[in-house]
Amino acid sequence: MSSGYIAQQIVNGLILGSMYALVAIGFSMIYGIIRLINFAHGEIVMIGAFTTLGLLQYLGLPFPLVALAVLIVGAVVGILIEKGAFRPMRGAPQVTGFIASLGVSIMLQNLGILFLTAQPRNFSFPDYLQRVIQVGPVSFRSIDAVIMSIALILMGALLFLVHRTKLGMAMRATAENIDVARLMGININRTIMATFAMGSALAGIAGLMWGGKFGQIDPLLGFVPGLKSFVAAVIGGVGSIPGAILGGYILGLAEVLFVGLLPPIYSAFRDAFVFSTLILILLILPNGILGKGMEERV
Amino acid sequence: MAAPSNRAWHVVLLVAGGLLVLVARATVNEYILSIINFVGIYIILAVSLNITNGFTGLFSLGHPGFMAIGGYVTAVLTFPVTRKAMFLELPRWLAGLQLPLLPALLAGGLCAALTAFVVGIPVLRLKGHYLAVATMGFLIIVQVLITNWESVTRGPLGLNGLPALTTLWWVYPWVAVTVYAAWKIKFSSFGRSMLAIREDPLAAQCIGIHLFKTRVLSLAIGAFFAGVAGGLWAHLVTAITPASFSLVMAFNIVVMVVVGGTGSISGSFVAAVIFSVITEFFRPLEESFDIYGIGEILMAAVLILILIYRPTGIFGSREPRFLVAKES
Amino acid sequence: MLQIADIHVYRGKTHVLKGVRLDVRKGEIAALIGANGAGKTTLLRTISGLLRPARGKILLEGSRTAGRMDISRLAPEGITKLGVIHCPEGRGIFSQLTVRENLMIGAYLRSDKEGIAADYERVCTLFPILGSRSNQAGGSLSGGEQEMLAVGRALMGRPELLLLDEPSLGLGPIIVDTLFATLAEINAQGVTLLLVEQNAVKALLLAHRAWVLEIGRVTLSGSSRELIDDENVKKAYLGGT
Repeated sequence: MSSGYIAQQIVNGLILGSMYALVAIGFSMIYGIIRLINFAHGEIVMIGAFTTLGLLQYLGLPFPLVALAVLIVGAVVGILIEKGAFRPMRGAPQVTGFIASLGVSIMLQNLGILFLTAQPRNFSFPDYLQRVIQVGPVSFRSIDAVIMSIALILMGALLFLVHRTKLGMAMRATAENIDVARLMGININRTIMATFAMGSALAGIAGLMWGGKFGQIDPLLGFVPGLKSFVAAVIGGVGSIPGAILGGYILGLAEVLFVGLLPPIYSAFRDAFVFSTLILILLILPNGILGKGMEERV
Repeated sequence: MAAPSNRAWHVVLLVAGGLLVLVARATVNEYILSIINFVGIYIILAVSLNITNGFTGLFSLGHPGFMAIGGYVTAVLTFPVTRKAMFLELPRWLAGLQLPLLPALLAGGLCAALTAFVVGIPVLRLKGHYLAVATMGFLIIVQVLITNWESVTRGPLGLNGLPALTTLWWVYPWVAVTVYAAWKIKFSSFGRSMLAIREDPLAAQCIGIHLFKTRVLSLAIGAFFAGVAGGLWAHLVTAITPASFSLVMAFNIVVMVVVGGTGSISGSFVAAVIFSVITEFFRPLEESFDIYGIGEILMAAVLILILIYRPTGIFGSREPRFLVAKES
Repeated sequence: MLQIADIHVYRGKTHVLKGVRLDVRKGEIAALIGANGAGKTTLLRTISGLLRPARGKILLEGSRTAGRMDISRLAPEGITKLGVIHCPEGRGIFSQLTVRENLMIGAYLRSDKEGIAADYERVCTLFPILGSRSNQAGGSLSGGEQEMLAVGRALMGRPELLLLDEPSLGLGPIIVDTLFATLAEINAQGVTLLLVEQNAVKALLLAHRAWVLEIGRVTLSGSSRELIDDENVKKAYLGGT
């Protein structure tokens, strides 16, 4: 096993990790603010992927415009889900919200099947995004570079927004104590909506990346990134944005290296590996690496 | 809490059920019969999940995982010896073994319950939605293991050509046994411990209820019936694949329990009947009009509406008055 | 300034406030004393809009209201905007936010940058410790410092009426004295105070007028002098003699 091979695997892991991290951020933010495990979050990845397909391939819009549109679509869908399903049951037990989010998830998947059919569709980016770049022993496509840089830019922008703006301050305050936040004059409905919008925008753009990376999309594609990003968020510590980013990259790297470095027979067990890790972390390190304490422990 | 059950009504219901089965056997066609069988299996699943989820408040999404274990164990045990030799590479004692359905089902249920013990001991330390997520992880792990254990399960192909052993006379007695067991548990001191844990684990512990033991037991009891249901399922469909027992199925069963009322046996029963009839009714409709997904969309919509407007479900935790004897 | 007219509040099925009436005059320090569970916190939470009364009115007359206005149906953010600011029980410091951010969030509804900066300076003069710890996390402060932060944060919202829920809870006697002196100073600068306290002696010494709340009803009211001398109050809340 050459060092070039390992370097290549690490780059692949970082690409996958970028996507997990983007989706995990939303998971973590939403959990942080209303203690909801939003299972429907993965479906926004699917919606982002199909939006990209429609705008880029069928309408032929330029790529930067498509990326922007995907961010917006993601945000809007996030807002609609929050308003339609989660706001009416705010204050209910946490499990209620989780089950409702499963319901939303299944609903969106099946709306996808209903309107788009379950047939997988090929997804291809324009040639300039498909060019292969060779850096030393490592090769990747230009889209992979775009994925990684967009992810870094958006994460930077998000961290700035959350830590350096008034809205971000309101979001952090609401996450910590909803009642006191209201006493400060913060409109928590708007703050929660903004949180869903931001998290979902990132999940939408992750859908664009998912399509670009794997080349094929179908209405059920949100399941895997959704679930794995949740694992990533738990690894990093649910509720913490830096934790979600860290968890995303760790999971991406671990998964790729698990498959790439172990004998091939083990690679079929990759998902079992991911979820065993989840259960282990929940049991041993319930607050994750950067988390700050978890509710509901009796 | 309600006093002992009203036995007269139970006997009446049992006899009526038996008569209905007789009538159904004599009148309706194969297709409808298979639907009635599915309904029965869903009743077993919903009522048994209610023991875990409704009584003790353990939100498990792992039910199909236990079903899968029960289903595969039963299927391997009833598989004709000649076909076993053709398809599978089994240890010698298993290769030459072909059991009738009843012991196979019991073995399947016991294996599922045993798994529940092994899995439950670490996992049941988690609470609330973290437990839900962990059991979902369990379900996925079971699927991956079954997919890759090709010498016994034939991997993704699954086992097909199973003997079509499941009939109404198998399903509905099991329905009766499940409901009876759930009822007995609910109105026993063990059942009251379960409900106490659901309402307030700390207080329950303070009055001397062994939290962990009760939790593990209630998971295992639910798993036993799920395993049996898996076996019945396999011999009704006459095929079994890793994909048969999915998260969507977990979701459907959870919907039945939540909509019926977590903790209400009658509620789970009624919701299981309604939902499985609706799903089976929509299936041909979806196929003929090419509108796949409508059933699931409706199911999810009903769930969300119930969670918003009637979070305790149709029946709450109660049973209909006439089935429960007057309070003393 | 604030008139509470026959307020009834339920929490779940429990009838917590059973027709409370009281009025706070502009410029005074009013105190509400009573035992645990009497409904003091519930009353403050109702005034600030976190709880909705089942019946009754809460009338506010301030410089930001048009005449007298019923605020009992407003959301908390609307009430804060009118200058009624609630320092919650247990202080409610945002422990992950810095001290400076905690103060700034008190001015969340304001947009006058210069005024905010001036008030920030003012709060830091009033509580010098806050200025010197401005970049520390709120959660790292001691109990007394957190109470100062909570009061300072409320001041950042330019209150006309300040609702204080048990400011002395868990603090040592010396710190309580400093804190109460500062409260008097704040009042002297024109802020009306409604103080809820279990520490009845301290509260009555600071306040102009006071009420005694017992299981959801006001049972006694008057100037704090009168209440200090009242035999029943002495026995029940001031530790006898």
